[in-house]
Amino acid sequence: MGQSGYVLRTETDTDREEIMIMADRIAEHPILGVVEKGRKVSFIFDGKEIEGYEGEPIAAALKAAGVMVHRYTQKEHKPRGIFCAIGRCTDCVMIVDGVPNVRTCITPLKEGMTVRTQYGVSDKAFDEQ
Amino acid sequence: MNSVNDRSRDIGPFLPGADDDMLVCRCEEITKGEIRRAVHDGMWTMTEIRRYLRAGMGLCQGQTCSRLVKGIVARELGVSPAEIEPATSRVPMRPIEMRIFANEAEEVDADEK
Amino acid sequence: MKRYDLIIVGAGPSGLSAAIEAAKRGLNVIVFDENEKPGGQLFKQIHKFFGSKEHRAKVRGFVIGRQLLEEAAEAGVSVKLNATVIGLYQDKEVVVKQGARIKHYKADSVVIATGAAENMVLFPGWTLPGVIGAGAAQTMMNLHGILPGKKILMLGSGNVGLVVSFQLMQCGCEVVALVDAAPRVGGYGVHASKVARCGVPFYLSHTIVEAEGEDCVKGVTIAEVDDKFKFIPGTEKHFEVDTICMAVGLSPMSQLLKMAGAEMTDDPKRGGQVPVCDEYGRTSIPGVFAAGDVSGIEEASSAMIEGRMAGVAAAEFLGYIDKAELDKELAVLDKALDGLRQGMFAPANRGKAIEKTEEGIDISSNLLKKGYVSDDEIERFPGVTHKKGIHPVIECTQNIPCNPCQDACPKKCISIGDNITSLPIAVYEGDCIGCGMCVASCSGQAIFLVDEDCGDGTATVTIPYEFLPLPKEGTKGVALGRNGRMVCEAEVVSVKSATAFDKTHLLTMRVPKEYAMTARFFKEAEQEVSR
Repeated sequence: MGQSGYVLRTETDTDREEIMIMADRIAEHPILGVVEKGRKVSFIFDGKEIEGYEGEPIAAALKAAGVMVHRYTQKEHKPRGIFCAIGRCTDCVMIVDGVPNVRTCITPLKEGMTVRTQYGVSDKAFDEQ
Repeated sequence: MNSVNDRSRDIGPFLPGADDDMLVCRCEEITKGEIRRAVHDGMWTMTEIRRYLRAGMGLCQGQTCSRLVKGIVARELGVSPAEIEPATSRVPMRPIEMRIFANEAEEVDADEK
Repeated sequence: MKRYDLIIVGAGPSGLSAAIEAAKRGLNVIVFDENEKPGGQLFKQIHKFFGSKEHRAKVRGFVIGRQLLEEAAEAGVSVKLNATVIGLYQDKEVVVKQGARIKHYKADSVVIATGAAENMVLFPGWTLPGVIGAGAAQTMMNLHGILPGKKILMLGSGNVGLVVSFQLMQCGCEVVALVDAAPRVGGYGVHASKVARCGVPFYLSHTIVEAEGEDCVKGVTIAEVDDKFKFIPGTEKHFEVDTICMAVGLSPMSQLLKMAGAEMTDDPKRGGQVPVCDEYGRTSIPGVFAAGDVSGIEEASSAMIEGRMAGVAAAEFLGYIDKAELDKELAVLDKALDGLRQGMFAPANRGKAIEKTEEGIDISSNLLKKGYVSDDEIERFPGVTHKKGIHPVIECTQNIPCNPCQDACPKKCISIGDNITSLPIAVYEGDCIGCGMCVASCSGQAIFLVDEDCGDGTATVTIPYEFLPLPKEGTKGVALGRNGRMVCEAEVVSVKSATAFDKTHLLTMRVPKEYAMTARFFKEAEQEVSR
């Protein structure tokens, strides 16, 4: 264990899907209690179906699913992800429902959204642009 | 003109540094070396640096890097960061699509009446 | 264009406080905030606040946030969310983006309460996914219930770095190291101590050499720096981490004030570019006020008072109250703010290396360098006393404005006196009954109940405990010292939880009596926590 105790869902008491969605989530917090979430919904990330909770930031759902890279930069093609998480730094922008430069850390997740990794300002990898 | 901006002052030659390729402006991907060189090219204020390099002109509008850029410019000029003239503040304060920027609403919402 | 008596930008602690005071005095007020929810950073603050009763001490930040929202609703304040103020024009015209529209509003007075933005430092790899601001970590774990990472290195030993490190551990992350380029811990010693005793090593005079990884952070190297902040070769240390968290200070977000034409100044003591303003937030533009971090970096408790001051001052500016009432109100608020600005960490002492407490006691050098008071230093502080039977041991070693412990004891065993920054002392007007109210009331988690000799060769130590899972009575494990290292075996003999303790559980462990004054944390015997 780490320096502190913690409660996370175990693999035995949940189904596989639940594990995907719970991997990086806090099930119960010592001060905040059980984290209240909206309805479980699915959305598409780079062609794959992923689940998250309605209304949480897209970035939160992606982080919970283990997605770290949100985009690759225009000039140097370097990976970027969540940095400020409050909509200031614009590093976590992705292509959401076809619109580029959407700040995923402050954009609420909706059922059926299409979220794509952003390459420069495109959803096409650099060698296809 | 204050003494910081006295362009007749000799700031010495540009000397390459080991960390010149360190990225400073995350949005426009401008390095420390580019900023230091710009100072030696005569860009001594935040406004000049922004226009010359586009550092701080990207999506976040310098939210993350302005303090860092200011520090680098100040060091190159041998002054305190507090003496560097800050960039102009202008509308819009946050990234905004042009179609929204131009979409001026006249109506008063129900909860504002 | 809709007109308001007062437009407030920012619905954080200071903006809401300003709105409440103005609305109570009859002003027609609206608050704009770019976020989805009001409260600013308050809802990410899950620790108990410092101060005295009037500052809502020992109440957790997010609870204060809720109280503030209730108060605002009662006062009839209207808060418009997802409303980004993109400009502040001449004559107090406020331009706001709402959804896909731009709307203009006219105000007769304006309070700018936009808060602050996080500072960052440069190191190779700082743009990698996995390098985040401390604010981002707080947002993820405390608002959205997402783990920011599994193994984390924290850069920055100010209160933000310390508090967020503790919060990370509370939600189950491992903090592998707390690093700061400065030679001394910047934040409250009590915050440092509660992190250190969980086993987090502190590396002062160290900073990050490089973050490693291709697509995201896989590791980090730190090294010691000399007094010119240059790396000392051969001092490198490597950690496997997936997250690097930066807590290296804040800068006021004052651009709107500059845009409006307010006179600005660059004041390093206040955190950067700030408006020139008087103590009540009046800027150089009549009717434009600044409150909270935007006028100088402090913390939420003082921001709330500054907000109230600006709200009252705006009411007077527009003639809703007269000068006499203004002076009366401000005198009360002045006193409250003064109370918070006392002690070693007062704004006036920023940057000063303080060697002695107000009582003339040498500050613990270990506390400043390693985050904990060493066993040979602790005895010199007045709250640490010995007595037969159960009694409080108050490990409060720095003068900070905080006094809930004095009121918490029903037997009046603890005294601070009228000077809010004095170190608490054990007075024992009555006998300690071991109720633990002092332990739970201490925002710094620095009070322990100790029975040094139970008569059978053992001692009991009661510690504040805010982690999950909560060990049960009979659980065996080890006691950790103030430095986070094992001192002896220990067994949990009781776990008390009460509404009055507000989620701080009182865990009592039994240890051999020679460890009564060194055992300060409990760790369950190695057990696999399944993921």
